[in-house]
Formats: sequence, C-alpha cells, structure tokens
Amino acid sequence: MPDSEYYLKNWDILKKQLEDFKKFLIHLHGFSELFGHSIVYLFTRPFYLRDILVQMHSIGVRSLVIVLLTAGFTGLVMALQSGYEMAVYGAKMYVGTLVSVSLVRELGPVLTSLVVAGRVGAGITAEIGSMNVTEQIDAMRALGTNPVKKLASTRFIAITIMLPILTIIGDATGIFGGLVISVSSLGISAPFYWMTVLRALTLNDFLAGLIKPFVFAMTISTVSCYMGFTAKGGTKGVGEATTRSVVVSSILIFFLDFLITKFILSVS
Amino acid sequence: MNKDQRYIIGFQDVHKSFEENHVLQGLNLSIFEGETLVILGRSGCGKSVTLKILLGLIYPDVGQVFVDGEEITQVPEKRMFSIRQKFGMLFQGSALFDSMKVKDNVAFALHEHTKKSEKEIIDIVKRNLEFVDLAGTEELMPSELSGGMRKRVALARAMAYQPKIMLYDEPTTGLDPITATTINALIRKTQRELGVTSIVVTHELESGFSVANRVAVISEGKIIEIGSIDEIKNSQNEFVKTFIAGPK
Ligand SMILES: Nc1ncnc2c1ncn2[C@@H]1O[C@H](COP(=O)(O)OP(=O)(O)OP(=O)(O)O)[C@@H](O)[C@H]1O
Ligand SMILES: [Mg+2]
Repeated sequence: MPDSEYYLKNWDILKKQLEDFKKFLIHLHGFSELFGHSIVYLFTRPFYLRDILVQMHSIGVRSLVIVLLTAGFTGLVMALQSGYEMAVYGAKMYVGTLVSVSLVRELGPVLTSLVVAGRVGAGITAEIGSMNVTEQIDAMRALGTNPVKKLASTRFIAITIMLPILTIIGDATGIFGGLVISVSSLGISAPFYWMTVLRALTLNDFLAGLIKPFVFAMTISTVSCYMGFTAKGGTKGVGEATTRSVVVSSILIFFLDFLITKFILSVS
Repeated sequence: MNKDQRYIIGFQDVHKSFEENHVLQGLNLSIFEGETLVILGRSGCGKSVTLKILLGLIYPDVGQVFVDGEEITQVPEKRMFSIRQKFGMLFQGSALFDSMKVKDNVAFALHEHTKKSEKEIIDIVKRNLEFVDLAGTEELMPSELSGGMRKRVALARAMAYQPKIMLYDEPTTGLDPITATTINALIRKTQRELGVTSIVVTHELESGFSVANRVAVISEGKIIEIGSIDEIKNSQNEFVKTFIAGPK
C-alpha cells in the first residue's frame, strides 16, 4: 500500500513538471511575440533603413566566404562520390542531375542556413545578450527607443533578404564544383554537364529551394534575437545563450526542412 | 520648497518581489516639480529598482506610479516609450552602447526622436560633452574611456535630449573627489538653469546632501524618513541615525 509520503512525492514531481511546462509555454509565448513584433514593426515608423543596410552588409560579408567554401566543397565531394558510384550502374554521365537536384532542393538551403546560424545567429545572440546584461537594452528603452524594433526587426528583415541570396550563390557554387570534378576526373564535357543540370531542375525545385531559406532565415533571426534578449547572468549567461541559440536554430532548421519537404512533395 | 508646488511623480503602495526576495514593500513617495530629491539607502535596498519602475523598465507587482499625472503601470508599451522621453537616466554602470562612438552615444535620442540636421546634432553633442568636461572625445569608443569618463559621457547622453526629469543612479560613486564635486555642481546647475526635476540615488551622504532639496531614506522596502536635510540630520529614527552617523 502506498502511503501518504508516496503521494506527496509524486505530487512534487507533478508540480515540478507543471512548472517546467509553464516555463516552456512562457518561452513559446515570448518567442511568438518576438516573431510577430519583428514583422509588425517593419511597417511602422521609424524605418531604420540605415540599420537594415548595415545589417545586410554585415550578414552578407560575414557569411559569403564560408558559404562559398561550404557549398563549393560539397559540390566537389558530391560529384566525386556519386561519379564513382554511378559508374557501376553506367549512369556516370548524369552526375550533373544528382548534384544539382540535391543541392537546389536540400543541401544548398540547409547547409547555407546552418552556416549562417553558426556565424550570424551566434553573433546576434552574443551582441544582444551582452547589451542585455550590461543594461544597454534598458538604456535604449530609457532613451525612448524600442529595442525589438531597433535591433530585432532590422536583423529579421536583413537575414530574410540575405539568406535566400546566399543560398542561390551557394547552389551555383556547388553546381560549379560538380562541373570541375565532372570535367577533370569523370570525363564529362562541360556542355553535357550543363544540359543535365538544366534538364534536371524543375520549377518546383526552385520554389522549394527558395521557400526553405526564407523560412529558415526567419527562424534563425527570431531564435538568435530571443536568446539574446533573454540572456541573463553576466558573461557566462551570454556564452550559454549563444550556444543555445546555435543548437536551437540548427534543430529547427532540420525539423522545418523535413516539414517543408513533406509538404512540397505532397502538393506536387 | 514652496508647499503648493505640484507633484510630478508619485509612488503609491508599490510592491516588487524577485521570487522570494521582497524588495519593495509598500513604497510611498511624491516628488515636487523642479526639486532635487536624494534617495539614500543601503546597498541592495531597492534604489535602482525604484528608478527602473519609474521608467517602466520593471513593472511593480502591486501599486501605482504616476508621472506627470499619468498612471504608468497600466499604459500600453507604445505610450510608455513616449513617457520615457520625459526622462534622462544615468545608469549605475553607465550602460553606454559599446558599438557606438561617444558622439553617437550622446546623439542617440536626437537621432531617434528629432529631425534635427546633422550639423545641429554635432553642435548639441559638442555642447553636452563640454558641459561634462569631455570636449574632443567625440570620436572615441566607450572601451577607450576610463570609468569616470564613461559616467560623464552617460550623463551627457542622458541630458542631450533635454528631459524634464533626470534620474541619477549613483552619479559620483567610484569617482575621485574632484570629479565628484564637478558632477554634483552639474546636477545643481541643471536644476537651477533648466528647471529640471531630479532624483539622485546614492549611498554617499556628502554628495547627497550637497545637491538635495529633500532627502528620502529607504529601508526594508519603504521610505522610512523624508524631509529637508536638517530634518534628516536630526531624525529620531534609529536606522536613519545609524546611517547618518556611520558605523562606530
Ligand atoms: N532583474 C532582477 N532580477 C532579480 N533580482 C533583482 C533584479 N534587480 C534587482 N534585484 C534584486 O533587488 C534588490 C535591490 O536591487 P537594487 O539594484 O535596486 O539595489 P540598490 O539599492 O540599487 O543597491 P546598490 O546601492 O548596491 O546599487 C537586490 O537584492 C537585487 O538582488
Ligand atoms: Mg543600485
């Protein structure tokens, strides 16, 4: 027979779980609110055009080299691997098809977004987080300026514009990487490679390839700003928030990628 | 102080807790337009929290706060941003924007809320930096300044927009006596010349007494004594007596 202590102990555990669930809901609410405000504030004065341009520049410049490297090497490796594998089935000539379809549909958006989450997202969390723990966010509010509008909205729109562009650049670099390998070690002619690439890609691929970075961009921006605004506990807290920001963004990117892919396949 | 002056700020039975820590426990306080009120109290007694409540940076659990006749604990966030423009706040840790030059820190509110030309803004920045004895530091980054210099830049930033009410959180703590005297003189000068209402939070008695029209003492989350400097010095309250006399 369980005694009263047994019930009390379970009651404590249940209470703790309810407490955790409440915290989760509070975070979810804060997160959705930040997402909503980031969009709404874009349409109200002042517009902070200068801040947006500065952010777009810094996001683009900060990420361009690493996006080029990541996508370029991915294209090279994919062509190499698939070239030798597909030769077994006599399909070596169609390396271009495989490389371009996987890049445009999947790897381009996902890899570019992961790189941007690691580089730009972490930077945003660290910056807003340290402003938060040193009372700079309070100072901004005290000076009559809304920090969500000034900091989050501007970064939101900047990433949402830049990430699809970076993704397109990444896709092109990867496909070019595939070309280099096809011509140099697989004996495929450049015109043939381009023909297989152009034949393979459909409108749906381009659509999927652009919807994804668009959604991922909003995710990265909201997650990294949210982690920054909620960072507490000094420099250590900012470090933890930065790590959390990259982890949460990455997981959400993979999860949303799955959902979007499933959705696109089901409608087409 | 003229007795029929109007109140510009009022706290009514304000309570604020951080989890188990019951910081403010029924704070009542009224401030006259144009006066300089000094709030004294031990470290951790809730002085900074009181100023942040006034700015709507922290919301009280219970109670009402009036600014210029408007109750601010219930107003929508949007309205709060305009109410905040009445205030200039010197933060305890200066809170300068580290990614901006000194001049952009000082010009922040001007860039945000006015349509002044760049030339006018440069002039105002220059005047405010001269006011705090930091002429020529416009192009420096906050990380290149000493603690005392940061405090003075923060003061220039808070005053640049010509607020009606200035809040000073420990304006002289950690400064050498000469700079401290200059800052105290500045606080008096802003009150005298611009008619600004000021609240000065401090635990340095000398500094406090040198700028105050009235003094309030906080202990255990309440104002336990408020009055003129003489009234405070002659207070019969045990805590006030010990606080004024210092340890020994
Ligand atoms: N954001 C916060 N979260 C949790 N606790 C807080 C927060 N801000 C202040 N406190 C707590 O409230 C109490 C009062 O803090 P406050 O900063 O107002 O003290 P203070 O009177 O300004 O002290 P000091 O003279 O040292 O600056 C402290 O115990 C502090 O731990
Ligand atoms: Mg304080």
